[in-house]
Amino acid sequence: MSVTEQHFSTHKGRQTSSKRNRRTKWLSALRRDRSLYLLALPGILFFLIFKYIPMWGIVIAFQDYSPFRGILGSEWVGLQHFTTLFANPDFALLFRNTLAISLLNLILFFPFPILISLGLNELRNMTYKRLIQTVIYMPHFLSWVIIAGLTLLLFAKGTGLINELFALWGWPRVDFLTNPDSFWIMVTLQAMWKEAGWGTIVFLAAMASVDTQLYEAARMDGAGRLRQIWHITLPAIRSVIVVLLILRLGDIMEVGFEQIFLMYNGAVSEVAEVFDTYVYRTGIEQGDFSYSTAVGLFKSVVGLALVVIANRLVKRMGQEGVY
Amino acid sequence: MHRLKWSERIGQSLNAIVLGLLAVAMFFPLYYVFVVSFTDPGEYLQKKIVLFPQRWSAEAYTYLLSTPAFARSLGNSAFLATVGTVCSLAVSSSLAYALSQKRFYFRKVLMFLIVLTILFSPGIIPNYLLVRELGLINNIWALILPALANGWTVLLMKNFFDSLPAEISEAASIDGCSAIRTWYTIVLPLSMPALAAFGLFFAVGYWNQFFAALLYLNDSAKWPIQVLLQNMLLNASNIDLVAPGQQVETPPTEMLKMAAIIVAILPVLMVYPFIQKHFAKGAMVGSVKG
Repeated sequence: MSVTEQHFSTHKGRQTSSKRNRRTKWLSALRRDRSLYLLALPGILFFLIFKYIPMWGIVIAFQDYSPFRGILGSEWVGLQHFTTLFANPDFALLFRNTLAISLLNLILFFPFPILISLGLNELRNMTYKRLIQTVIYMPHFLSWVIIAGLTLLLFAKGTGLINELFALWGWPRVDFLTNPDSFWIMVTLQAMWKEAGWGTIVFLAAMASVDTQLYEAARMDGAGRLRQIWHITLPAIRSVIVVLLILRLGDIMEVGFEQIFLMYNGAVSEVAEVFDTYVYRTGIEQGDFSYSTAVGLFKSVVGLALVVIANRLVKRMGQEGVY
Repeated sequence: MHRLKWSERIGQSLNAIVLGLLAVAMFFPLYYVFVVSFTDPGEYLQKKIVLFPQRWSAEAYTYLLSTPAFARSLGNSAFLATVGTVCSLAVSSSLAYALSQKRFYFRKVLMFLIVLTILFSPGIIPNYLLVRELGLINNIWALILPALANGWTVLLMKNFFDSLPAEISEAASIDGCSAIRTWYTIVLPLSMPALAAFGLFFAVGYWNQFFAALLYLNDSAKWPIQVLLQNMLLNASNIDLVAPGQQVETPPTEMLKMAAIIVAILPVLMVYPFIQKHFAKGAMVGSVKG
């Protein structure tokens, strides 16, 4: 530090602009609270190395990256990888699958936690309520590997429990997992099983803040439970619902990667390939780093744009955005 | 009035029943796997469907745990979860605490840069290339270092430190305490409940980590439990679950799979009650404030 100090004091007399002033300010701040900046250093280094250096790595999407020549030595090819992607028939497929899974999520998954919360909120027995909550929150903490494994043990055509039951009753065995027609609905149901309970937390918190006097007043006016839900509870959580819905729309490029990756099999590849799994297959498995980075970049940019638009919408409606 | 009450009561019972059924449906897969994994192998092979076993047995577990591959992967995961959690808490909380101090000169810029990492991710490949350049392929630290911190957690932790009275830090610094010492000897002990909650979430995250391990670890001796599970459950590849020179009768594969699932869930189930207490409280605090 003494070196900085010396360096600093020799220049002190010569510089007079406001630039110097600013520099003096942060330098002296650094000097005064050395310990504070030292404390932040590991975290800052972490974000620099593991979050910002990869952002720089994006440039290989515009190169013909060769691992031997590195980023600096590789040849620039401009937007070639993007034009290849858009011309590739896979592209339409990726888009369709990603959108289909996201939209199914929106239609089936999204309202589910709201319905459960409304039900839970009506329960009068607190022990019973807590018991149910404990059970339905739990799947959130299980890994996708375990959930995919459980799905297989229950639904597999040969040895799965459900098909064993069907066989016992003399019904034909049903192909749940390697059937392209049912893949989308299977992954949606799977996601619902894992996350629906967890999704109730935010709605229940919103419901808990409703003034109980409103319910009493409504009861005085002769409103039954259903009318109270319709006229008090739902309006109370409307803002939360709208915010989450819009954010969901912003996340439309995001489908659970691990989930799809683990449920993927040759029979369903036509309907199961989404952007992230495609990046993994072309990049890691086939070693086409530049092309797969371009695909990933396309997905991230569209995703970022959607999130920004969604956040704007949320704010325009007078709600607090995410950032 | 009387009739209304009756309809209300029916409605409430119906609601309670429907929710109860939902909870049963959600719990059933875990119950089924648990029960079958503890069933006598002979009984399972004979009946195929076991909901209430006649004869219990821990054979699948003794077999599974005696195989070197399984035991080793459990050890790897335990290392990941403990070492990773401690490192994550240290890095995240020190940065978050520094950012919570008003006199931190670059806090606005840094906060913006951290939020940016939440919104935009460069994708799988640049991350993979970075880990490779760092020489971390086939190194267990490849699962820890890139996961040390994330924007959300740092933001949440910073919000938590903001809620601590500023007088504590001020008083400490007037007494000549450096920021590092204040963080370590005063702030961290005061934040134990919050750190425990963050730590448990980190621990579950490390324990459940699958994709990073798949990307970075080729050597099966270094696999954490989730990758081993994937191979056992989904790839149906025969990883050497038999110890060399071992000549025992193998329990049915399905039972081994179920036992493996239960073993992998067990640590999560053990910390779950603690996490639950914290996130319920967290949600409550949020709702009171809003």
